[in-house]
Amino acid sequence: MIAAIEPSWYLVLASLLFGIGAFGLLVRRNPLVMFMCIELMLNAANLTFVALATKLGDINGQTAVFFVLVVAAAEVVVGLGIIVSILRRRPGATADDLAELKG
Amino acid sequence: MTTTFLEYLVFFAAAAMVLGGAIGVITMRNPVHAALGLVMTLFGVAVQFVAQEAHFLAAVQVIVYAGAIVVLFLFVIMLLGVDNAMDLSIEPIRVQRPLAGVMSVGLVALVTAAIVKADDSAVLQPGAGLDVAGAPPTQGASGELNFVAGGGHDSNIRQLATNLYGDHVFAFELTSVLLVVAVAGTVVLTRKWPRHLAERPIGDDAGDVVDGATDNGGAG
Repeated sequence: MIAAIEPSWYLVLASLLFGIGAFGLLVRRNPLVMFMCIELMLNAANLTFVALATKLGDINGQTAVFFVLVVAAAEVVVGLGIIVSILRRRPGATADDLAELKG
Repeated sequence: MTTTFLEYLVFFAAAAMVLGGAIGVITMRNPVHAALGLVMTLFGVAVQFVAQEAHFLAAVQVIVYAGAIVVLFLFVIMLLGVDNAMDLSIEPIRVQRPLAGVMSVGLVALVTAAIVKADDSAVLQPGAGLDVAGAPPTQGASGELNFVAGGGHDSNIRQLATNLYGDHVFAFELTSVLLVVAVAGTVVLTRKWPRHLAERPIGDDAGDVVDGATDNGGAG
């Protein structure tokens, strides 16, 4: 008989996902891909919230995921707006070129 | 035995989707392919939500993340025409990648050690319990519904809604403010200002300061 799936397995999976997202955020230079890596890290946090909600029997964890979703949507909208206004003027700009943002 | 085997199958298949998609995001040279890897990761996370009885969040994950956010990403990629492959061998800072690898591996190892350490410790403050699909709720004397553990087939949505609109209703209203501010800010950021407005920064009535941020590609 094999053991049942433990909530800590989900936590380990979430930590792996967060590590991959953090690595991508540090090494990729395309601002769009960097944003996708931030989404990966947010999803790792969501997975942690749901796993601990299951482990502790507390619905507040799932409610927190709901708010993370809303904040992620708002963040993506504003971030992509900034990226659009940068890339429209400088096509092919990488993260290294964004120092131009300073007034 | 079969239930546990199925649980294992679901967990490891979804975990492979999550990690494979995530690796795809950071290794694909084309941003469109990276976005498709992101879709795979998001679907894998949705499957993990279903496996943990968070049915409503799984649906929202697919609709909002895979539906809206990734479509927004793809829309921006197509709009700007940046869907050409990037050269990943360019490395402006020499030690950046090894340092990033060390940092993320160390982070994962640290968090995993903490999980293993905390796994056998006692739960300090257990919650009230999650309603999972099962028997329908019983009706009380004054007509209220009593959700015992093992509520109806939509008990997860009911419990989440009761929590969200009860304990967290003020935060819920604040999120609408956040979304309105985000939409207004994006419109201000991305609209093309008319020429006589673009010559000076927003809110500067004197007009004697010509802002470099509003010229047309001089720095490029």
